[in-house]
Amino acid sequence: MTAYLDRLETIQSTIKAAAARGRRCQIVGGGSKPWLAHASAAGSTEAEVLATKALSGVVEYEPTELVIVVRGGTPVGEIERVMREAGQMLAFEPPTADGRATIGGTLASAASGPRRAYAGAVRDFVLGIELIDGKGDRLRFGGKVMKNVAGFDLSRLVCGSAGTLGVITEVALKCLPLPKATETRVYELDAAAALRAMNRWYAEADPISATTWVDGRLYVRFAGAEPAVRAARERRGGELLADADRWWADWREQRHPFFALPEQLMRMSCRATVESLEGFNQAIEWGGALRWLHAATEEDRARVRYWTHRAKGYATRWHAPFVETLNELSPEVRALTARLKAQFDPYGVFPAVVSS
Amino acid sequence: MLLGTLMKLPSLLETLAAILPADGLKTTPEAMRPYECDGLSMYRALPKCVALPETEDELVAVLKACHAARVPVVTRGAGTGLSGGAMPDPEAVLLSTARLMRIIEIDADACLARVQPGVRNLAISEAAAAHGLYYAPDPSSQIACTIGGNVAENSGGVHCLKYGLTVHNVRAVRVALIDGSVVTLGCEGLDAPGYDLLALMTGSEGLLGVVTEVTVKLTPKPRLAQVALASFPTVEAAGAAVGRIIAAGIVPAGLEMMDRIATRAVEDFVHAGYDCEAAAILLCESDGTPEEVADEMARVEAVLREAGASDVRLSTSEAERLRYWSGRKNAFPATGRISPDYYCMDGTIPRKELPRVLKAIEAMSEKYGLRCANVFHAGDGNLHPLIMFDANRPGELERAEAFGAEILELCVEVGGTITGEHGVGIEKINQMCVQFSPKELTRMHEIKRAFDEHGLLNPGKAVPTLHRCAEHGRMRVSQGKPMPFAELERF
Ligand SMILES: Cc1cc2nc3c(=O)[nH]c(=O)nc-3n(C[C@H](O)[C@H](O)[C@H](O)COP(=O)(O)OP(=O)(O)OC[C@H]3O[C@@H](n4cnc5c(N)ncnc54)[C@H](O)[C@@H]3O)c2cc1C
Repeated sequence: MTAYLDRLETIQSTIKAAAARGRRCQIVGGGSKPWLAHASAAGSTEAEVLATKALSGVVEYEPTELVIVVRGGTPVGEIERVMREAGQMLAFEPPTADGRATIGGTLASAASGPRRAYAGAVRDFVLGIELIDGKGDRLRFGGKVMKNVAGFDLSRLVCGSAGTLGVITEVALKCLPLPKATETRVYELDAAAALRAMNRWYAEADPISATTWVDGRLYVRFAGAEPAVRAARERRGGELLADADRWWADWREQRHPFFALPEQLMRMSCRATVESLEGFNQAIEWGGALRWLHAATEEDRARVRYWTHRAKGYATRWHAPFVETLNELSPEVRALTARLKAQFDPYGVFPAVVSS
Repeated sequence: MLLGTLMKLPSLLETLAAILPADGLKTTPEAMRPYECDGLSMYRALPKCVALPETEDELVAVLKACHAARVPVVTRGAGTGLSGGAMPDPEAVLLSTARLMRIIEIDADACLARVQPGVRNLAISEAAAAHGLYYAPDPSSQIACTIGGNVAENSGGVHCLKYGLTVHNVRAVRVALIDGSVVTLGCEGLDAPGYDLLALMTGSEGLLGVVTEVTVKLTPKPRLAQVALASFPTVEAAGAAVGRIIAAGIVPAGLEMMDRIATRAVEDFVHAGYDCEAAAILLCESDGTPEEVADEMARVEAVLREAGASDVRLSTSEAERLRYWSGRKNAFPATGRISPDYYCMDGTIPRKELPRVLKAIEAMSEKYGLRCANVFHAGDGNLHPLIMFDANRPGELERAEAFGAEILELCVEVGGTITGEHGVGIEKINQMCVQFSPKELTRMHEIKRAFDEHGLLNPGKAVPTLHRCAEHGRMRVSQGKPMPFAELERF
């Protein structure tokens, strides 16, 4: 405990010293999303590294509370292991990056996996955080109870902040029980038919926990009580996917061959029913709300952007620097982002949110 | 200079009159009377004027005019809030969203609805029903409260544990900032780049912007719902049963608890069929496909019996299910019948602290010499202790206030929060100082400034200033005064 507090104090004093000397700090978790780190380091010559790895461990876990409190640098895989023993899970199914991804980095990058469309995103499971901001102050927001509307919701605000607001040193998360039964069925369908199936089946209250369309096949993971899964299978047919756990793990971790060239991918977030854009090698997941398109050239990317904007969605280059993704936002929202950032980090210790 | 000062008031009213439709600006006390308070009825004030825009453009123009004149704005939905969030300020324009009540779009395949802020919560579910969908968060004020108010309060209902709060069911909002610029936060998809400003806006109690459009997620209607009604010989056993249900890997659609004071009050009132000898009862609902419900109910029943329930009954029809719920839903008015006045608290605690906190409340009840009924969202640990008193008896009001404050402070002490769903408003502004450090409160003020540099939106609410960390009281429902929305079920 005292060793832990010492580590927090070191982080605080490092930040304060950097603030005093006009220097930059770079927060690094497991290093599994280097593009974020890389991007943020751009423009700062020698940023001081704030490693969160040593801030690791489960602080509190009582399965009957449906709450787990962990330190910011705890690997997601480890949290899941502890929870699995109690029959629970992180329902947003974040990538674990072979054990490297930390929970702090998961919040910072707003990383959610296949179950996101059906259970919620990382932000939906965050109950509270402790954060060390750019002044070196330790602040707590939210809590460790299910419902809490006291004060502004700053614990969710930091989801997607990519290390620009502060060091996430502790997180309280809502847990859910593992489904009793799971089964994945596969259907040969084109993109349009797959989108229709994803949307209709969910709207018709099938117990679905993940959907992905790739290489002309729709993968639907049914999950819930055993009889409910059986009923869904009888209703929807399809072919059983053997080794489904491995398949979904590969998809979740982006080890599937579709993700072989991540730099060439565009990530498109849009209304689930938006028609699919023809002429691209693409994959669809999250019930249609998330599309991945291979767009190697600037011209291709421009087409994807145009299509997405028309559909009122957001298209970002996968593995793009954080500041680049912010360019998708309206000038007013960018201005708000910059003003919020200035409140947490008035001396510019952490990476900037406007491209210089 | 002098002329400008003298002209300030009339010129703002003139500007607003020019912006708004003929009957869209109220300035006389009689016309403004209906707006003088929200659900926290003992705080009353008449605003400077009431503006009722019919379009987003008009609303934005009102904000611009107020911003230019540096006149504050208090936004109001239906005024059902229980913490004084929409209480007017004599110096401020009261901006009502009541006339922005259009359902713009329902996309049944994408399971979403796009609506204006003044649309009532229940109206969304009604419009979606034809598609087998509904909007999940169900505050018991849902026939009256607006979706804009729900977003501002991050409201909940009895189905939160499984279906989430407002924040989990809103995809995007359009927000007019005080300077009149309009931003979209969130996305019709599932995420937008950058900070989660949508979450920040949710629950911000009208301090950061005015919500002008909301895109909500619609949920497929479960094919079946069934409720179990269980009696327990002690409150502790009922509390422990809640933990056991969760430990069995069950997340019920609803999990509510009432103690004997509450069940007796309710039984006399609505005859829900509760066991009034039991020290506490639990209501546990299961929903989903018929197969899932049958499976889950069997497990729920087994767990309840194992946990020491003296009686477990399962609803056998929709009518019976609704009758079992009717008692719970009428707990507030039923309490109102057995006591001249009562305070409703809204603290939330870790579930494991239930026995300890309930014991402490019992001790406080003795100490203050006031009865207290306990009714709560047991699944989420969200307590609604109802402190009964008689304001006409000297000293009782003060004792009730002290009792309530002690409960909230205990909630914070055991790791909980002062408000689970009703918001801070003006009601719990003192207790914010107990829950947050000065640095944390300062950060909240800074965030407010990032949106509203001059502090014009709903000033004085939700976040206390550091030097005024002690004022105001708590919710009080009085027999003497008209209680707003008395006809609604209360949680
Ligand atoms: C009988 C009864 C039962 C209730 N049951 C529940 C319950 O079960 N669960 C629960 O959570 N709450 C409950 N409430 C509380 C209340 O209904 C909710 O807080 C509701 O969300 C308020 O909505 P409203 O439209 O009435 O908002 P108002 O009371 O008009 O306003 C509430 C706050 O929101 C702000 N606001 C309103 N509209 C906007 C907008 N468009 N943009 C920005 N800010 C805005 C206001 O400034 C104010 O701060 C209950 C209230 C009553 C009277």
